Amino acid sequence: MGGPLLEVRDLRVYFDTPAGVVKAVDGVNWHVEEGETLAIVGESGAGKSVSAMTILGLVPSPPASFPSGAVLLRGRSLLSMPESEQRKLRGSEIAMIFQDPLTALNPVFKVGEQIAEMVRTHQKVGRSGASRKAVELLDEVGIPSPARRATQYPHEFSGGMRQRAMIAMALANDPQVLLADEPTTALDVTVQAQIMTLLEQLRHDRNTAIVLITHDLGLVASHADRIAVMYAGRIVETGTSREIFETPRHAYTHGLLSSLTRMDQARPAKLEPIPGQPPSLSRVPAGCPFHPRCRFATQGCIDEVPALLPVMAGSDHGAACIHSDQVAAAHGQPREIVTPGSAAVVEQAGNGHRPMLEVIDLVKHYPIRSGVFIKKTVGLVQAVDGISLAIPPGSTLSLVGESGCGKSTVARSILRLQEPTSGTVRIGERDVTALGKEDLRRAREDMQIVFQDPYASLNPRMTVRQILSEKYELLGGELTSSTISDLLDTVGLSVEYADRYPHEFSGGQRQRVGIARAIALKPKFVVLDEPVSALDVSIQAQILNLLAELQRDFGLTYLFIAHDLSVVRHISDRVAVMYLGTIVELADRDDLFERPRHPYTQALISAVPIPDPVVERSRERIVLTGDVPNPADPPSGCRFRTRCWKHLELSEPDKRRCIEVPPVLVRAEGSSRHRVACHFAGAREVLRG
Amino acid sequence: MTHPSRTGDVPAVTGIPVEAALPTAGSQTATTTGPPRHPPGQFKDIWRRYRRNKLAMVGLLIVAILVVTAIIGPYVTPYDAFDQNLLDTTAPPSPQHLLGTDVLGRDMFSALVYGVRLAMIVALSTVALSLVLGVTLGAIAGFHGKASDTAIMRTTDIFLAFPLLVGAIVVVRAAGPGVWPVIVALALFSWATSARLMRGQALALRESEYVEAARSIGAGNRRIIVRHILPNAIAPVFVYAFTSIGVVVVALASLSYLGIGVPPNVPEWGRLISQSVQFLRVPGKTHLWLSPAVAICVTTLAFALVADGLRDALDPKLRGAG
Repeated sequence: MGGPLLEVRDLRVYFDTPAGVVKAVDGVNWHVEEGETLAIVGESGAGKSVSAMTILGLVPSPPASFPSGAVLLRGRSLLSMPESEQRKLRGSEIAMIFQDPLTALNPVFKVGEQIAEMVRTHQKVGRSGASRKAVELLDEVGIPSPARRATQYPHEFSGGMRQRAMIAMALANDPQVLLADEPTTALDVTVQAQIMTLLEQLRHDRNTAIVLITHDLGLVASHADRIAVMYAGRIVETGTSREIFETPRHAYTHGLLSSLTRMDQARPAKLEPIPGQPPSLSRVPAGCPFHPRCRFATQGCIDEVPALLPVMAGSDHGAACIHSDQVAAAHGQPREIVTPGSAAVVEQAGNGHRPMLEVIDLVKHYPIRSGVFIKKTVGLVQAVDGISLAIPPGSTLSLVGESGCGKSTVARSILRLQEPTSGTVRIGERDVTALGKEDLRRAREDMQIVFQDPYASLNPRMTVRQILSEKYELLGGELTSSTISDLLDTVGLSVEYADRYPHEFSGGQRQRVGIARAIALKPKFVVLDEPVSALDVSIQAQILNLLAELQRDFGLTYLFIAHDLSVVRHISDRVAVMYLGTIVELADRDDLFERPRHPYTQALISAVPIPDPVVERSRERIVLTGDVPNPADPPSGCRFRTRCWKHLELSEPDKRRCIEVPPVLVRAEGSSRHRVACHFAGAREVLRG
Repeated sequence: MTHPSRTGDVPAVTGIPVEAALPTAGSQTATTTGPPRHPPGQFKDIWRRYRRNKLAMVGLLIVAILVVTAIIGPYVTPYDAFDQNLLDTTAPPSPQHLLGTDVLGRDMFSALVYGVRLAMIVALSTVALSLVLGVTLGAIAGFHGKASDTAIMRTTDIFLAFPLLVGAIVVVRAAGPGVWPVIVALALFSWATSARLMRGQALALRESEYVEAARSIGAGNRRIIVRHILPNAIAPVFVYAFTSIGVVVVALASLSYLGIGVPPNVPEWGRLISQSVQFLRVPGKTHLWLSPAVAICVTTLAFALVADGLRDALDPKLRGAG
């Protein structure tokens, strides 16, 4: 049998909507071989998921129509097959892993039953045989005590375990092709590393082809053999991962790579974001869809849709760009990099002044109440358990950690959006924790917050003007006819947007409105609660640049809450790493990334993929086992010890010390500004190979 | 078969108070059940989706006709709805009396038109009143939680435990007949559902990020409820209110049928039916009970259709689909 394992030829998927024809997929070609990983990369709305769903026949028609295209599995055409034949292939020869394992598993059936059902649908095996097979599969995907776990329901599984169960289900019938649609987007970075390692190993053992659909370029660099970059329903560039990352030939790929923050580099002077927004698929620009955002664009780009042509004759590396030579030249130029040393500046500033924000021993416990008539407190969720921080004026401290570590609670307690259980917070000269209701209301002028989700944080029934002027009405401040337009101008929005409602904006524009609201009235201190994590890569860079500009122009002090370490490396002066309600390490940015001392920080950094295939393949990854423990019942002594890789290597008396004595945050040896909470802290190289 | 309840009240409540009630009731509906300030684009969207539903458009047309009739009807009908002609009772439809005359010799058409006005005033005022009560208490319960939540929600439990009619009968008997006692009684036993709806919405929105954002710029509780929660929570409550208009129309007719509520000489639909009960099986007298019954059915159905269309048009899950 010749030809590739799975091939997609000139696939077009159109949706007929009242707003016009949405060309979700518009002439896409790709193929994948056995034991190969093909990554399809693109921003939201690029059509990458739709093309995968089409392969499985999961796109309903109508509203969808398929004007052209073929999907060939070993030469057999899938789209022209009758529905009953297609159904047989689904789950047996081609299987899919979805983004959200919580919604993809049926909550009322046991996990084992669901996997067994999958087996029985496609194979002639008895009930008990299928159950045995389910347990074997759970074991294969690394779920501890699989026999017991098979009898549990999905809600009893953690996020990472659910994704493992989903993978077990997908593997049930030994598929030849695995379609993974954003398989780790909903997971924490340490869990993401576990899942990706598992997929890699399965590919190796079973010789399965994997089609990895993702927006995360870092993930792609380390795990894909070949990459197809999609933009506005078309593939604009395709090649091996080295070709794509080292010698991109399409302006969009180049733009994506230059707008990416990298954890292994100190920050360049400024990210180079792609201007504008990705187009709506119902109004794709004529010619090359990327031309309105492209700095190389010429009339030729508007006149004709460029074809995906090989870069060199016979090469597999293809780009749909008529200026690929210029792109190559531009990509070859080195980017300006600020030499480390900004930390020294901060240190001087820090010595001279009182810190802008000072947090002393902040605690936030949530009582767990139970009882029918009289509610008794039966436990405490120790969300934040004694945290101290200081941020000098005009600098940025990042608070990083996985979901559930309490970083957002810290932010909200500092601003007293939630009342802290105990502790002191000082902003400037003022003790925020001691303020009465009315004083606190007035003090909000100085302390502001930018929220994570730009869709949820703006009232949908208020215009931008109403949203912004509300702050002036509440906190005083002069509201003249030019105030709002000046404010919009500062955050890079056009004045005519003032009278529009939030739903008329894209995510990046909404986030600019959120930032405008926060910086109006010139606050001293701003909490940035994951301000870019809900945005596309090219938009992230725009917002990060804006935040840096505002900090410089207005001397703002930032507390940056994040889980994305690449962004943290870019924006911070100092970084605090949180685990289960406590700070485990606190250091200047470069010191922390180059010389992490705490085993958790080391694992966290090693789990973050770096968008560079050469660096990435040589790096050693510390894979943490298990999940974050329940904060209502944290482990005794060191809270991290249950997942610690170092703890396993210790001698018995040393282990006992971890279990019995909670480590305190103390000065690490060799640096006066580096603090770490570990009895056995020590350096380990995790950034580079 | 009539209940001449305390004859002394009768002259005071007939005609004039009902007319006087019109402007107040009207203004109340305008302020409380008027649509929240929708973003213009969104409002157009809702209307576009609503228009696609043919039945809902029919319902809206009937509702429009009913409202116009209620306002100008009594001025254009050929006879005074209260004029009894005891020499010409139960006459069949004829050119002089389009729908015949009733048991008391009143022109049936004029009586029905007067009934529309009564039904609209009672239904709209009742719903407006119960909305004001329900939305306010529901918002307080949902937003503040704790003791106020417990107190308000247990109160709704009590009111929901009473069947609407039984509760209303008790209140109207205690307060005496008249249009206002009926409105108050019906509102008293129908606010609880909108309060629960509103509480649920407020409870969810209280945790929303834009409410937190409002708090972060120093907004107080009142402002958060009025500016941020109410406009976003009102849609489902509003749909429910439309559904309950039909219920109130039927309840009003049932009360008058039982001889409770509006005074006996007022041509109310339920009243017109109860007068004709003895003619139920008399051939040729069908119009006596059929025309008011049809009026009740059509009104109830029309509001139900509008509510249905509104619900579909406002449902976020249907947004953007198709």
